[in-house]
Amino acid sequence: MFLDFVIVLIKAGVVLFALLNLAALLTWAERKQSAFMQDRIGPNRANVGNITAGGLLHIMADGIKMIAKEDFIPEGAHRMLHTLAPAAALFPALVVFAVIPFGDVLVIGGKAIPLQVANLNVGILYIFSIASLAVYGTMLAGWASNNNYSLLGGLRASSQMISYEVSMGLSILGILMIYQSAQLDVIVREQGQLLLGFIPQWGVLLQPVAFFLFLAAAVAENKRAPFDLPEGESEIIGYFVEYSSMKFGMFFLAEFVEIVIVAGLVTTLFFGGWQFPYLQADGFHWPFEAGVWHLPHLLVVLIQVGTFCVKVLIWCWILLLVRWTLPRFRYDQVMRLGWKMMLPLALANLLVTAVIVLLVT
Amino acid sequence: MIPIPHYLTVSAILFTTGAIGVLMRRNALIVLMSLELMLNAVNLSFVAYARLHQDMGGHVFVFLSITVAAAEAAVGLAILLTIFRARATVDVDNLHLLQR
Amino acid sequence: METFLFWLFAIVGVGCGIMVVFHRNPMSSAIYLVVTMLCLAGFYALLAGPFVAVIQVLVYAGAVMVLILFVIMMLNLREETLEREGSIVTWILAGLIGLVLVVAVLPPFPRTPASAPEPAFGTIEEVGNKLFTVYLLPFELTSVLLLVAIIGAVILAKRRML
Repeated sequence: MFLDFVIVLIKAGVVLFALLNLAALLTWAERKQSAFMQDRIGPNRANVGNITAGGLLHIMADGIKMIAKEDFIPEGAHRMLHTLAPAAALFPALVVFAVIPFGDVLVIGGKAIPLQVANLNVGILYIFSIASLAVYGTMLAGWASNNNYSLLGGLRASSQMISYEVSMGLSILGILMIYQSAQLDVIVREQGQLLLGFIPQWGVLLQPVAFFLFLAAAVAENKRAPFDLPEGESEIIGYFVEYSSMKFGMFFLAEFVEIVIVAGLVTTLFFGGWQFPYLQADGFHWPFEAGVWHLPHLLVVLIQVGTFCVKVLIWCWILLLVRWTLPRFRYDQVMRLGWKMMLPLALANLLVTAVIVLLVT
Repeated sequence: MIPIPHYLTVSAILFTTGAIGVLMRRNALIVLMSLELMLNAVNLSFVAYARLHQDMGGHVFVFLSITVAAAEAAVGLAILLTIFRARATVDVDNLHLLQR
Repeated sequence: METFLFWLFAIVGVGCGIMVVFHRNPMSSAIYLVVTMLCLAGFYALLAGPFVAVIQVLVYAGAVMVLILFVIMMLNLREETLEREGSIVTWILAGLIGLVLVVAVLPPFPRTPASAPEPAFGTIEEVGNKLFTVYLLPFELTSVLLLVAIIGAVILAKRRML
């Protein structure tokens, strides 16, 4: 009993450690990648004794800058809410990863440890409920700054987020229907089954429309380009205009943590999670009865966790690419896309999937 | 193992607090929020009894009750907005046109 | 562990519930109500109802309270024009009557403790099972009710007469 609790704590610690470090790394990766795409060099000046680690020390420089700046609360602002809003923005982003499985069961010394922090029966619904809590950070930040423009920015951002929550939820219902479960580890396991004997049935093959809808809706939830009008940055006042130093740092970090979350969700639901094609618990089972390669258990687990990490990194990279490729939407375009185009498409996808599932089974 | 009557006591306290809020407060927004508090307390009572009698009907009823409460909150807030646009006040003591 | 969680959720939930009713600013009341709803979701999770717990967070704390907060921000009431509430004597009287109501509402306590539920109790499959077989009529009526509520809210909140 106590050992189980300690194991869960260790898993949660590992997940949080990886998540926060990856988010920090992504801040560097975004600047370097945008530099390469725009044919320039990017940040390369931060150094310790003339050793510039390719610009990696900029992450530390950013952190030191944010901690060292003056932390103020604007006059007339609601003090408690102004301080609470960054925490309310960061907390949901960190907590979502609790249900994402990053590996199959690890057997150490006779004890089977599932590599997932919490195996909830209502896994996918938990993700949506936490995503709906993420709206509070933006709304409270916009209102608690005692600034009309900030309030309008906050209302814009939160209405964008709640609009795309609907499409996000509806697009996942097709996945629920096909894999017959809301538990994420069951969904990932089912993606190891082979279609037509040799194609692993990943979610993207069975639900392509849902994949694109979910990707678009999740990027909009995340308030990243091309949906980053709430941030604006050069055109319009956002909701964190009255935030400085580490509070702004928390909003910033929350955005990058959410990139990792979106990448993790897309891999888990649509790209097989930790599944390496044809790799099962005791080795490679090649299709068409071509034989079995047996591998030791720890190596299999290592390959699976490594596959998950590689897939998440690839998706983070693609999400970073999207930002520097597409121009941003105007606010009315965002709203029209969410309600008039994505919602009917998600409903139609749901209907077609339901009909097909009914006919096939 | 927490005995079920503890949950029922919490539910009763929350319900009473909500009832006091509905009857005593003059700000219509707070009246609406106290109403939501009452509905939540009743939901807790349903789930506690479902756990006691091993009957899933409690959970289903809570699901439908949450849905109905959401719909009612939406319409109630829309009405409140319309009243505010017409009269620039949300003080329920000033809204007594039907009281002839 | 369960005892600790129950008392934590109970004290925080009841405390924030009382603060909802007694705070002047509707914004603060709304935030306290969100915390109360999250505590109630914790209660549902303790009572072997994971599905209703996440539905509570998803619908109530995540959508209804966001809606209420939106309206509070749109109305943008100044602090000075907030209403004078009743005198302290009225509130004490209300508290006493409330105490009487709590005692009256409490049912006769069941003597037998609750037995451990079967593992499938409160799961999403069980709720779905009941929802689409035994309780199908309320489910369909609720969907019609939601449609009516959507139309009503849109018409009422539009600025121009439709």
